[in-house]
Amino acid sequence: MAAEHFENSRSKVNDFALKLANVNGTGSSSANNLLMRSIFRMGVPVSGKNLFPSNIQGLPTWYEIRVNRDGHVARAREYDLMVAMNGQTYARDIAEVAGGGFTMYDSSWPLGRDLIREDVTYLGVPLAEMCNDEFRGPRERILMKNIACAGALVAMLGIDMNVIAQLLTEQFAGKDRLRESNQRALRLGHDFATQHFEYPLPCRIEAMDATQGSILIDGNTAAALGCVFAGATVAAWYPITPSTSLMDAFAKYCAKFRRDPETGRNNYLVLQAEDELAAIGMVLGASWAGARAFTSTSGPGISLMQELLGMGYYAEIPAVVFDVQRVGPSTGMPTRVQQADILVCAYASHGDTKHVLLFPASPAECFAMAANAFDLADRFQTPVFVLSDLDIGMNDWVSPALEWDDAYVPDRGRVLDAGELRELEVYHRYEPADAESVAARTLPGVSELGAYFTRGSGHTIEGAYTEYPEEYQAVLDRLARKHTAVAEHIPAPVVDDHAHAPLGIVTLGSCELAVLEAVELLAKRDIAADYMRVRGFPFGAAVRAFLEAHETIVVVEQNRDGQLRTLLTLETPVPKEKLRSVLAYGGYPLSAEDVVDGVTKIQEA
Amino acid sequence: MPSIVKPMVTHPGLERNALGLSIRDYEGGMSTLCAGCGHDSVTAAITHALWESGTPPHMIAKLSGIGCSAKTAAYFARGAHGFNGCHGRMPPIATGASAANRDLLCIGISGDGDSLSIGLGHLAHLVRRNVRMVYVIENNGVYGLTKGQFSASADVGSTTKRGEANHLQPIDPIFLGLSVGATFLARGFSGDKRQLVPIFRAAMAHRGLAIIDVISPCVTFNDHEGSTKSYLFTRQHDVQMTVTDFVPPAEEISATIPDEGVVSIPMHDGATLRFRTVPDGYDPTDRMAVIEHLLSARGRGEIVTGLLYIDEQSSDLHELGNTTYRPLTQVPYDKLCPGSAALAGVGFR
Repeated sequence: MAAEHFENSRSKVNDFALKLANVNGTGSSSANNLLMRSIFRMGVPVSGKNLFPSNIQGLPTWYEIRVNRDGHVARAREYDLMVAMNGQTYARDIAEVAGGGFTMYDSSWPLGRDLIREDVTYLGVPLAEMCNDEFRGPRERILMKNIACAGALVAMLGIDMNVIAQLLTEQFAGKDRLRESNQRALRLGHDFATQHFEYPLPCRIEAMDATQGSILIDGNTAAALGCVFAGATVAAWYPITPSTSLMDAFAKYCAKFRRDPETGRNNYLVLQAEDELAAIGMVLGASWAGARAFTSTSGPGISLMQELLGMGYYAEIPAVVFDVQRVGPSTGMPTRVQQADILVCAYASHGDTKHVLLFPASPAECFAMAANAFDLADRFQTPVFVLSDLDIGMNDWVSPALEWDDAYVPDRGRVLDAGELRELEVYHRYEPADAESVAARTLPGVSELGAYFTRGSGHTIEGAYTEYPEEYQAVLDRLARKHTAVAEHIPAPVVDDHAHAPLGIVTLGSCELAVLEAVELLAKRDIAADYMRVRGFPFGAAVRAFLEAHETIVVVEQNRDGQLRTLLTLETPVPKEKLRSVLAYGGYPLSAEDVVDGVTKIQEA
Repeated sequence: MPSIVKPMVTHPGLERNALGLSIRDYEGGMSTLCAGCGHDSVTAAITHALWESGTPPHMIAKLSGIGCSAKTAAYFARGAHGFNGCHGRMPPIATGASAANRDLLCIGISGDGDSLSIGLGHLAHLVRRNVRMVYVIENNGVYGLTKGQFSASADVGSTTKRGEANHLQPIDPIFLGLSVGATFLARGFSGDKRQLVPIFRAAMAHRGLAIIDVISPCVTFNDHEGSTKSYLFTRQHDVQMTVTDFVPPAEEISATIPDEGVVSIPMHDGATLRFRTVPDGYDPTDRMAVIEHLLSARGRGEIVTGLLYIDEQSSDLHELGNTTYRPLTQVPYDKLCPGSAALAGVGFR
């Protein structure tokens, strides 16, 4: 162990990144989770990002852990410690180690000479050998190799063994044999490390209390819970990465919370559709009939839903669509992240359409925005998209414990009941409209007096078929006014303009942590910037005011074409040339360095 | 647009159903289809069956896709909500509506383009889910609104008006239904309302999906010599495989109809289906036997009509989903929201 690495050791305590390179399908994820959870339990801000392949077994998979005492846990681009357990990717992985960093590898086999870097310290642990001696059967040997590796890391990172023991006890409650073998494997790695290396490393954990009151949760689980709490009763979906776990979680929580204790019957119905066209059709049918209904999908599903989304818009039927974005176009990279469905959702379907979008930045917002989405869909009788992404949806985030206001009452919008219908001289579906350009709807099964014919064909304000320009336009123009009226009901943007800088950085969704960190890093380079995170579309007065108040706006987002920038130029009066883009769209979550580099380049130009 | 308003004059002597409503109360807007269109006869039969059934009009939901058939949902039950969706997508929309409110009597009106081409996949999956609804295919072998292209139900050798023959194999919704587990399959002819009405009554009482394929000639594009979906051709080749009476739960079986040789099938809601005429060895509850009969009839060039297959035992969508008996739309919110206390155990701590 080179002593010089310890000189600067204080600065790496609770501030480092490590990356575990593995082969998928070998059970590495439980060891990864164990590490991430133990750091969380030690009260230290942490993130764990799973960079996994679209495959079940045999391809490279990585898990990145970033620890930061100040809460900056966006993805790091360099790693203080690389745990290189996949021969296929050794070269690439070792190249990502920060100068002066460490590489842990399985020394059961020698490391090729070409992989040796002078500025990296190598920690060889004979994991395969140790586990072959200790365990029987190929499956157990492979699984326990990961746990033994975690054991070595526990020693090297200074993770509290009591915390780990407690985690194993919780994880394997009632499964003593499994707990015992995990414990043994963990000890194996731990003891090897402590006997052979100077430990802990400069990049290490010291207990804090920064995660008090927080939980670890992924955005898909949080979104699913939000749907349960918002009162969704019908869910329709077609399996697609990375949204599948959202519906899995909805079904799981419904089974727990929605089974009538007296009758044993379900107060919900989950429909696994034959495709996404059917999924959105089921949602529209159920919403039309009066249920709160939603679907969860990703980009390819959004493409397939286009026609019916247009019908939902034009016939004014509520619907909630969770789009957990992945890399496009086409099949793209299903297990990588992007924010590239912004425009396709904003203007989904042929003809003049405009939709309502929400942009959650965290699991907590996925939870809260579920209720927002249902309220907006019902109030404005239109499809609402919640644009989450793979990073938020599938990774565990340190999140404030989810909170729910028990005084919440669903906003079901203007729906006439039988009594209200009796008081009307005559009911027409699309008039009279209220101040927000919304007309009252009626539900089937309530009263003959409210009967109308829902159609995607040209219709009058009464809901009757038409091909006359003025009758058609009366409805279409009101839809435009209605969309505008939504703006002030969209969650307000998150703004930090205390720098009073001429430069404003605008972003959305999962870019948040990287951009906030970048704003601090830029300030250290004497580049002051104000910050705004938009939380939905249409854009309201606060968004316009921020754009107006800054000389230069840099829009940071994760797609090639600057889709949020485009939407801002189309849907606000901001001059196009005022908006510049910083884009990251390779499929990995955004890093603060990406933003710093991009903004610096713009400032220098 | 000046829609064509139907005069609303009801003769005081018109017969009333159990709700005190006359058949006029189950009618809808004036048809804008071609004079003589088979679809209008189907509409009349549905109207009659709805009136007979005594279903409150507001409990009916009419759903359709796109095409001439889809328009007909506007021509009956004006007191019911209608949903004229997108081409081929009526099955999922109906599934959603039925999922949300299981008390609705969903009537889906579709055509051969809607159901057997663009929406074929949805139809197959609607069958698999056994969604409780009446699903009518107004089958004329052509695309009418786009002026006469062959549809997927056109028979090999059937010709267009210009004399071009179809060479592609037809898709028969009855065989499709039999192969994917349909629980109610019937075929009718728009020219035979007497046969259609009891079939629709039975379909409305069926617990599950009831598919009724109705040969409904297109007078404008497919009623010429050379067409196998014309009035003449259908009349000449129509073989009524079964003749069925629908006996509602409360009514006693009329003594004037001889019981001998009659196969009676009890329905889930207490009604009875009486198969008066069936060929020897034909058991409408035996899927394999039905397939054999239909295959040999096809070999003989017959257009087989009647209630052809029924399965009252299989579970429908809501049974399969163990859904509450109360429509989901009526479950109060306090039963849906677990409340903040339930969040205590959420997430890893």
